[in-house]
Amino acid sequence: MKKAFPILGLLTAALLSYALYQALVVAPTEQTMGDVQRIFYYHVPSAWTAFLLFFINFLASIQYLVRRDPKTDMIANWVVIALGVLVCIAPYAFRTLLPAGVYPSSVVTTGIAFVGLYFLIKRLFSEQQTDMLALTTAEVGVVFCTVVLVTGPLWARPVWGIWWTWDVRLTSTLVLWLIYVSYLVLRRFSSSGQTPVLAAALAVFGALDVPLVYFSIWFFRTQHPQPVVGGGGSIDPRMLRVLLINWVAFLCFAFLVCWSRYRLERTKREVEETQALEALLEPRSALR
Amino acid sequence: MSFLYAAYAATWTIHIVYLITVVRRYSSLKKEVDELNKKI
Repeated sequence: MKKAFPILGLLTAALLSYALYQALVVAPTEQTMGDVQRIFYYHVPSAWTAFLLFFINFLASIQYLVRRDPKTDMIANWVVIALGVLVCIAPYAFRTLLPAGVYPSSVVTTGIAFVGLYFLIKRLFSEQQTDMLALTTAEVGVVFCTVVLVTGPLWARPVWGIWWTWDVRLTSTLVLWLIYVSYLVLRRFSSSGQTPVLAAALAVFGALDVPLVYFSIWFFRTQHPQPVVGGGGSIDPRMLRVLLINWVAFLCFAFLVCWSRYRLERTKREVEETQALEALLEPRSALR
Repeated sequence: MSFLYAAYAATWTIHIVYLITVVRRYSSLKKEVDELNKKI
């Protein structure tokens, strides 16, 4: 796996360069906004990547909490399956409640991804590893969410004439960022043995803000534009292609950064364990 | 155009700053590992 990392790094760098070329040169210029609309190719993929990372953080946090009490494992499995089935059925059973323009298939995909990823994490990661996965995805997710919060105002200023407005989409995104920053602060500065449990509980509740951010533009009247992908909006197919290329490039980049950060965290914990063992053994050797 | 370049530059600045912090944490951890190896 160590040998694969530099190769994947080079491939990702090439993909990111290609995506940048597509965004700046190949994508057509939007008629009303002009070239500044090209911020879209960084702003939207960064938001989707951040949401995905927070989603994985949520599932890993649930797994961590469940594994600490094996009795809840079976209940959690059934709750996850029931929620997944409910999410898949809901857009067809309660069609009138679905905001206009939302494709039922996009909600069904989310339900399937929720169940699939939950059981994948359960199968691949141990208790300690789910905690490391949660920490890694939260940290990288905050980086991508920061990009969203920086590129958004840089796009808003020339288009709306303002840097920021306290509408639901923007405010809920800021709250989401603050929740995960507080998660990282808790992990960084709390030395209690209960820190991972507290952080996991915070992450589970923090993740509830993600659907609020995502659906806010359907349920509330906002300054933020309506979605152009997956929500019934329209987009030039050439723009959609460039958007998807950029998203794939950012996903590969996020995967590599998460991988490096995960390895760093694993090594750090191994070192801490060794240091603790050494500290326990040292007094004995001094007595001898 | 300046806003476009500012947004792209800001994106890569944020990512590079984060990567630098990861690399710095790696190198300080490596020092700790070396010290542990010497002791053992």
